[in-house]
Amino acid sequence: MKRFAALFTQIDQTTKTSRKTSLLRAYFETAPKDDRLWTVALLSGRRPKRAVTTTRLREWAAERAGIPLWLFEDSYAIVGDLAETIALVLPPPNRRDDHSLTEMIGRLRALGALDEAARKPVILDLWDGLDQTERLVFNKLLTGGFRIGVSQKLMTRALAQALDRDEAEIAHRLMGDWSPDSTDWHRLIEAEDASADLSRPYPFALAHQVDDAPHVLGPIGDWQAEWKWDGIRGQLILREGQHFTWSRGEELMTDRFPEFARAVDFLPSGTVLDGEIVAWDGDQPLPFNALQKRIGRKTVPKKLLKDAPVIMLAYDLLEDRGHDLRDRPLLERRAALERLLSGLPGDAPVRASPVIEARDWDDLARIRATARDARAEGLMLKRRKSPYFVGRKKGDWWKWKLDPLTIDAVMIYAQAGHGRRANLFTDFTFAVRDGNALVPFTKAYSGLTDAEFRQITAWVRKNTTERFGPVRQVKPHHVFEIAFEGIQRSPRHKSGVALRFPRMARWRQDLSVDDADTLDHLHEMLNIYG
Amino acid sequence: MRRAGPMIGGMAQAQVLTFTDRGIYCPAGDFFIDPWRPVDRALITHAHADHARWGHGRYLATHGSLPVMRHRLGDITAESVGYDETRRIGDATVSFHPAGHVPGSAQIRVEVAGEVWVVSGDYKLGPDGLCEEFEPVRCHSFISECTFGLPVFRWHPQNQVAGEILDWWQSNASQGRFSLLGAYSLGKAQRLLHMLRDGPGPILTHGAVENVNEVLRAQGLALPDTVRVTPDLDAKAHPGALVIAPPSAFGSSWARRFAQASTGFASGWMQLRGVRRRRAMDRGFVVSDHADWPELHRAIKETGAENIYVTHGYTDIFARHLNEIGYNARVVPTEFGTDEDGAEDAA
Ligand SMILES: [Zn+2]
Ligand SMILES: [Zn+2]
Repeated sequence: MKRFAALFTQIDQTTKTSRKTSLLRAYFETAPKDDRLWTVALLSGRRPKRAVTTTRLREWAAERAGIPLWLFEDSYAIVGDLAETIALVLPPPNRRDDHSLTEMIGRLRALGALDEAARKPVILDLWDGLDQTERLVFNKLLTGGFRIGVSQKLMTRALAQALDRDEAEIAHRLMGDWSPDSTDWHRLIEAEDASADLSRPYPFALAHQVDDAPHVLGPIGDWQAEWKWDGIRGQLILREGQHFTWSRGEELMTDRFPEFARAVDFLPSGTVLDGEIVAWDGDQPLPFNALQKRIGRKTVPKKLLKDAPVIMLAYDLLEDRGHDLRDRPLLERRAALERLLSGLPGDAPVRASPVIEARDWDDLARIRATARDARAEGLMLKRRKSPYFVGRKKGDWWKWKLDPLTIDAVMIYAQAGHGRRANLFTDFTFAVRDGNALVPFTKAYSGLTDAEFRQITAWVRKNTTERFGPVRQVKPHHVFEIAFEGIQRSPRHKSGVALRFPRMARWRQDLSVDDADTLDHLHEMLNIYG
Repeated sequence: MRRAGPMIGGMAQAQVLTFTDRGIYCPAGDFFIDPWRPVDRALITHAHADHARWGHGRYLATHGSLPVMRHRLGDITAESVGYDETRRIGDATVSFHPAGHVPGSAQIRVEVAGEVWVVSGDYKLGPDGLCEEFEPVRCHSFISECTFGLPVFRWHPQNQVAGEILDWWQSNASQGRFSLLGAYSLGKAQRLLHMLRDGPGPILTHGAVENVNEVLRAQGLALPDTVRVTPDLDAKAHPGALVIAPPSAFGSSWARRFAQASTGFASGWMQLRGVRRRRAMDRGFVVSDHADWPELHRAIKETGAENIYVTHGYTDIFARHLNEIGYNARVVPTEFGTDEDGAEDAA
């Protein structure tokens, strides 16, 4: 645990990617294989089964610290991280243990066989032997959510360097449905046949947002334009008569979308498609909230399958009859994709996402402006010569999204932020005008600079009119431009609407409360865009 | 939903100290303590910007505070007193007592007709080897700061943190890099100088820090030798140096002369990983001139006070907790100035 905690501390102490990579590389070169495997697992979001509920952990930590539970909870609300809060409130250790990471995880897993009452003394005893940082790391193992500012890409690079292997190959090996229980270091990393796992997806290629007008990208003929659909980016894998559906977040979603089972009737084995999963009305995608109803459910009731059936709008073909096409140029992959999908009947659950033809960039800009009518978020621009690369590489793929919708709203409540922003007010509730009343309609917590957050924090402290626990009601005075990506009807909200991805686009210090938009205006937007 | 403790202010006239929109006021003596708007007569706990503000008619502070206040506020009408020395102002008797926060800092004791109130100002209990050590003062009502009034704040011993900073400095120096350490220019900077006096190289200081050093040295405070960073300073002549500067200097053109420096910041807030990361410095060192959770409890207990008024910090939470453990605690309505940042840095 000391070695792993030291790695954690050192990584936490630097903001430089190159430094993080070299620290991880050194760790992978020296740590025992079991610990390496667990480190790879943890840094790619795989964690041991939760041995204790967070509710119990809070109770036990508060008890050990000699403080009431509410005080623990209030502290947690300010620190913003449960593992850290526990590490900070516990009394200093009375001895120092040094078990390896794998041993520590082994102890946690042994807890599964005990009843809850018997788990408590084990956890308290383990806490007693660890210092503050080790406790933080240990608590992260207990609570899950092991985010330490190391992306999977960075970890993959460090591992590839340590092993002197190709980064893309390592990335591919780490994809899919494995855990330290189902595999070992040799099988995952060293063994010859990496494609043994039928379900294994390819790492996704990701795009950057175009900052300016895309004219700077050169001749339009070098580029393929497509709609950027508002669904779930996914990979559909057909191998040896089986099918697997993966989300971009590397979640296996096969059971959530039973529609794709029929794909094996239409497409050959050894096919991997990259596309957007959307709810489909027969001609075009349904609004995102139709799909949203499907996302949260592991099994889907019949009625929902009928009301919101999904299809995949395929962007790309990554594997064709078992051949990895990723090194081939997009132009070729697209032609193969069209060959594969062109003869399919209308009820097949897969279609090629259309390529958009435009004479020049201005023409394309006009088409982009109609994206909302097509139920798209904007356009994707992909260089026709580009391979299907791993991760986010600047230059070949761009998203050219529509400008967001905006509304000017009045800030009426403020709450302190979490973690990084624990001593600033960053979470605000906004209202629109309705006659003399102010009707809250959304919250937002991002979009301002740290300097602006500090300024508004000082203002909130002076202009609090009432406190409700951590929430402060403030004088209605400041107007913010709220940007958002979509709007939909919501009976659960007082205003009757819910926004997608609301954020503060601008602090409109030039506007007063009387200049803010009205509830009528918000409902008008709902009618147009909802 | 839980409501905050009742706000107080403008209560019965008999109260020794009241809370007004200009700050803490003593009706019997017609003076204010650390007021945030201009008043005729101000008693000042210490020279930090959020306590010693500009524009008052007359100031009263300790001998240790006044020179820095004059340096910062310019030409003010002011008098100074020694610790424990009593003064009669109107019907009130006042005295200043060490708060252990920064050199010259004080708690202010106010007695009217036998009733004693103490305003803590900012304070810490742990000795830092530099400023006058906190002295508990018995009182009926204690107005306490609680900047770090949460159980997650517990400081480690000063020598342990000094060891961490020295290791960092040593490691940077061995790679030929500068160590750029951010610290508030009054108090924290001098405390660090004292903690790091036996370090592996020379110590350079930003002008804002060195100005305060000069004022304090002139009062007889023993600080290690430092080199002021002037526009014509050749940084290369001081390889591996530690550079102490206020955090506002970081990222400015001033800091550019120390290319490739490793950056650090010393503050109680560095206890929280999230805040550490927001600062985007290489290292955060937990060094605070405020009381931590156990110190707040000890200080409050040692006053023997029944009424505790809390201000600065997590007041709602701390007051609720004090009430649960048997004190009569309330939140003081406080108005912070625009230099909230400075207040944070001073922590
Ligand atoms: Zn202070
Ligand atoms: Zn202060």
